[in-house]
Amino acid sequence: MPVPAVANLLPERPSRSAVQAYVGGVPSVDEVAVIERVASLSTRSIKKDSKMAALELAVRMCDLTTLEGKDTPGKVRQLSAKGIRPDPADPSVPSVAAICVYPNMVPVARAALGNSGVKVASVATYFPSGQAPLDIKLDETRRVVELGADEVDMVIDRGAFLAGHYLEVYEEIRAVKEACAPAHLKVILETGELGTLDDVRKASMLAMAAGADFIKTSTGKINPAATLPVTLVMLEAIRDYRRLSGVQVGMKPAGGIKTAKDSIRYLVVLNETLGRDWMSPDWFRFGASSLLNDILMQIRWLKTGRYQSPDYFTKD
Amino acid sequence: MSDRLDVRKTYKLFIGGEFPRSESGRSYPALDVDGAVVARVAQASRKDVRDAVRAARAAQEGWAGRTGYNRGQILYRVAEMLEDRAAGFVEQLKIGGSSRRQAEVEVEQSIDRIVWYAGWCDKFAQVLGNLNPVAGPFFNISTPEPTGVVAIIAPEKPALLGVVSRLAPVLVPGNTAVLVTSSSLPLPAATFAEALATSDVPGGVINILTGAAAELTPWLAGHMDVDAIDLTGSDPSLVEAAELAAADNVKRVVRFDAADSQSPYQIAAFTETKTVWHPKGL
Amino acid sequence: MTDTDHTPVLHPASPPLDWTYATSREASDLVSVQDRYGLFIDGDFHRPASKRYLTSINPATEEPLAEVAEAGPRDVERAVTSARKAFPMWSRLPAAERAKYLFRIARMVQERSRELAVLETLDGGKPIKESRDVDLPLVAAHFFYHAGWADKLEYAFPGLKPEPLGVAGQVIPWNFPLLMLAWKVAPALATGNTVVLKPAETTPLTALHFAQITAEAGLPPGVFNVVTGAGATGAALVSSGVDKIAFTGSTEVGKEIRRRLAGTGKRLSLELGGKGAHIVFADAPLDQAIEGTINGIFFNQGHVCCAGSRLLVQESIAEVFLDKLRSRLEILRVGDPLDKNTDVGAINSASQLERIEALVETGRQEGAEIFQPSCALPERGYWFRPTVFTGVSQSHRIAQEEIFGPVLSVLTFRTPDEAVEKANNTPYGLAAGVWTTKGSRILWMADRLRSGVVWANTYNKFDPASPFGGYKESGFGREGGRHGLLAYLKAEGM
Repeated sequence: MPVPAVANLLPERPSRSAVQAYVGGVPSVDEVAVIERVASLSTRSIKKDSKMAALELAVRMCDLTTLEGKDTPGKVRQLSAKGIRPDPADPSVPSVAAICVYPNMVPVARAALGNSGVKVASVATYFPSGQAPLDIKLDETRRVVELGADEVDMVIDRGAFLAGHYLEVYEEIRAVKEACAPAHLKVILETGELGTLDDVRKASMLAMAAGADFIKTSTGKINPAATLPVTLVMLEAIRDYRRLSGVQVGMKPAGGIKTAKDSIRYLVVLNETLGRDWMSPDWFRFGASSLLNDILMQIRWLKTGRYQSPDYFTKD
Repeated sequence: MSDRLDVRKTYKLFIGGEFPRSESGRSYPALDVDGAVVARVAQASRKDVRDAVRAARAAQEGWAGRTGYNRGQILYRVAEMLEDRAAGFVEQLKIGGSSRRQAEVEVEQSIDRIVWYAGWCDKFAQVLGNLNPVAGPFFNISTPEPTGVVAIIAPEKPALLGVVSRLAPVLVPGNTAVLVTSSSLPLPAATFAEALATSDVPGGVINILTGAAAELTPWLAGHMDVDAIDLTGSDPSLVEAAELAAADNVKRVVRFDAADSQSPYQIAAFTETKTVWHPKGL
Repeated sequence: MTDTDHTPVLHPASPPLDWTYATSREASDLVSVQDRYGLFIDGDFHRPASKRYLTSINPATEEPLAEVAEAGPRDVERAVTSARKAFPMWSRLPAAERAKYLFRIARMVQERSRELAVLETLDGGKPIKESRDVDLPLVAAHFFYHAGWADKLEYAFPGLKPEPLGVAGQVIPWNFPLLMLAWKVAPALATGNTVVLKPAETTPLTALHFAQITAEAGLPPGVFNVVTGAGATGAALVSSGVDKIAFTGSTEVGKEIRRRLAGTGKRLSLELGGKGAHIVFADAPLDQAIEGTINGIFFNQGHVCCAGSRLLVQESIAEVFLDKLRSRLEILRVGDPLDKNTDVGAINSASQLERIEALVETGRQEGAEIFQPSCALPERGYWFRPTVFTGVSQSHRIAQEEIFGPVLSVLTFRTPDEAVEKANNTPYGLAAGVWTTKGSRILWMADRLRSGVVWANTYNKFDPASPFGGYKESGFGREGGRHGLLAYLKAEGM
């Protein structure tokens, strides 16, 4: 499939009606068919060396996350160490992609990660609700970058989206994108609040047109968080976006991905929807915390042939 | 014969898939035909009724959301469990005064009746529902949907077949049930609850309360979150008061002629007909 | 590395993962295949009077699996006689008892699903993913559903007191061997008939294992009989003393059966070929329509009578749609049917492969453009790449004739009227698909499509409760649902 030269799907400062028309033109999504496709892909049987390759990739794709009111520097340092060397007993296990924290913890993570290659990702824009004035959210964005964040995870204004105020949603993402440079921007759609897969697809296309480097499912603070159907729809939107604009955008499912088996299912869906170009941490991440240990247990099982106990893997 | 002491069973209520005692702490003796005490059973109170209705409501959406095929398979498994326990049920019915042969026939009929209703789950809509040929460019279809939470007053006799006959048609379309057992012969129903617990029936779909129908019927009849009440097995003296109380939330009151018959129209009595229109055009 | 937690483990940026799935084969020793099978008559297996045997092979490897008896005329007669003798007892059994036999069989099929799925894949070439996830669950469901009708026939048809017909002769095809058995046998037995079944020549094994299951279930001898063989065996069954013939197979043979039975008074139902129109409107949920199109023609290698083998795509989105379709074809996994990751399996036989190849060659010559993905094919066995022809006209043979393989012919249309006209412009009328978000248009199209089955925003959906069958040369009679029972019943006033 030939990729066109990069094209803007919306002008620099689009009118309200241009944005409405753009969103209105997004194809609808049949939920039953999506669920069937996901179920069919979930029957893929990934064994032996293809399983090991997937597990190692999954580790490298993890954004190890702690986003709690009770986070302390100690907690963040421990998590950072874990992210650098996930399995102390097996140094061949690679580092994760990033540590994801609240703004106050950015300096701690930065210091702990040093030049290990593991990135610092910070939430911003009054995460998780986004319900604050825009200037506060932009200030926060600029601050976290100053403090050392390599990546910024923002939330869209779901209230505005559900009220059909697409121009406002668009402009806010654009403003945050400008404010967070040179950090890269992940845009959280909070798909669990959007209600339909049609809206997930629309929000995806809108976020990408506004400059998202990554589109992300969830804050992890509400249920449902990431699901395979939502992920499939977002990946299909990314595919269409590349076809139309030439631009490649990444994707991150976050929250609710607990087991290695789950992560492999996500990689199958990614592989068969977007293909090789996206099969790297530069274009796909898992937002997770307990997932990592389950992957480590599976890696150890593949290497030793013994079912594992959680006691042998560190809880940080 | 050995000097071995047998371990006696404690009979409890069946609510939300679990076996609690009555919150009132009460129990009463179940007697055999000569008046001797055979066992004690829990005596349910209005608070147990309250809890049972809550459990039934919580389970209703999930039960109705399963395919008819799935509900049919679960009911068939109830039959499998009953068949496995047939000998035990025969003994309990004999205690209540049936001869061995009468008891065996009642148990066989009970099992076969569940199988009969199991086979309706994935086909009653084909008999009770239909397309309506309206005079216009519209697709118009009527489908039977479950009413919701159904209270059932089981007859005093037959102690097992009466329970099965009242319960099965309620469950077929996706209703959940709170059933008050026979007070004089409560053991078969209480044991039936144990069979349900091993049958893949989701917790809360069926709730079984042993106790005094006279005490419990008014609470069920007047409960604002119960959608229908089956008084077929009820003592006639309780019916008028129950129907009066049922009026408060326009509860559907059902009384069939015979407590132990079977018919798809007994399923229909616990359904609401939904009719949907859709235009046909470009 | 001896240092502690804070030693960085640097991994240089690595290229994206080129992820190939390792083979994940289902264990074929789950099922034990005998070297040789007799005919199943009167509740047991018997040597054929004909003394002849056919070899059933695995089309993915061309290796022989087993020998099965080739029933001659005397064998067929013996089976029909056995079914005739069993009929009075079977039809007079209390219906609730008949029901319980069928419930028992349904449960046993469920229990042994995996082994039967493996056998189906070995014998016929379809992917294990399909035999395990589609065929076998539907087989169990058909027996479960029809078991429940056995003792409820008085409610099925207002005003009628239905009775069984007697002995049903049933001839089934090779594309869904055990499922076609279920579609035929379940309603026949539930309604009180007895059965003589002739499975397809290339796929007899699951029917024989099913016969063993009926014996284990205690089904009275003679109620269900299996006469394996080829075309001659089927012809002998059609001409025998049965009361009813049910046939699923090619239109050509269906017409021949109709001629044979003329004037005999025997009841007949036919489920024949199709050239399903798969219609995609511009407002369709596009990515899901792509999946539906793929499923419509490549499910079961396209060996499906109701396959969506003609894609009618609205011209305004044709380019985008075909672009996506071609990309999607590239990731279809064709290969070892026992590999759990295979999407498209083997072609059922050498002769079917020849037919497909001939018609595809015709398509090329007719001037249509061909697209096939570049996947590697195994060396032994019968294989055909998923194929899409674009630039197809209504008058091309590949738009008119049933190919019965993984070959899609693509035509375009401009308006709904045109789509309906093209869709109906065929002697067939089995199934059609419609993709659009507009509900009213779905219903408008459904009213006008001369097809026994219309799938909207989905395809290839089957359920024992849903009647299936065709208009016109796709056959007559329905299977499944309340309507499907009629084929096996008679009554005053019918």
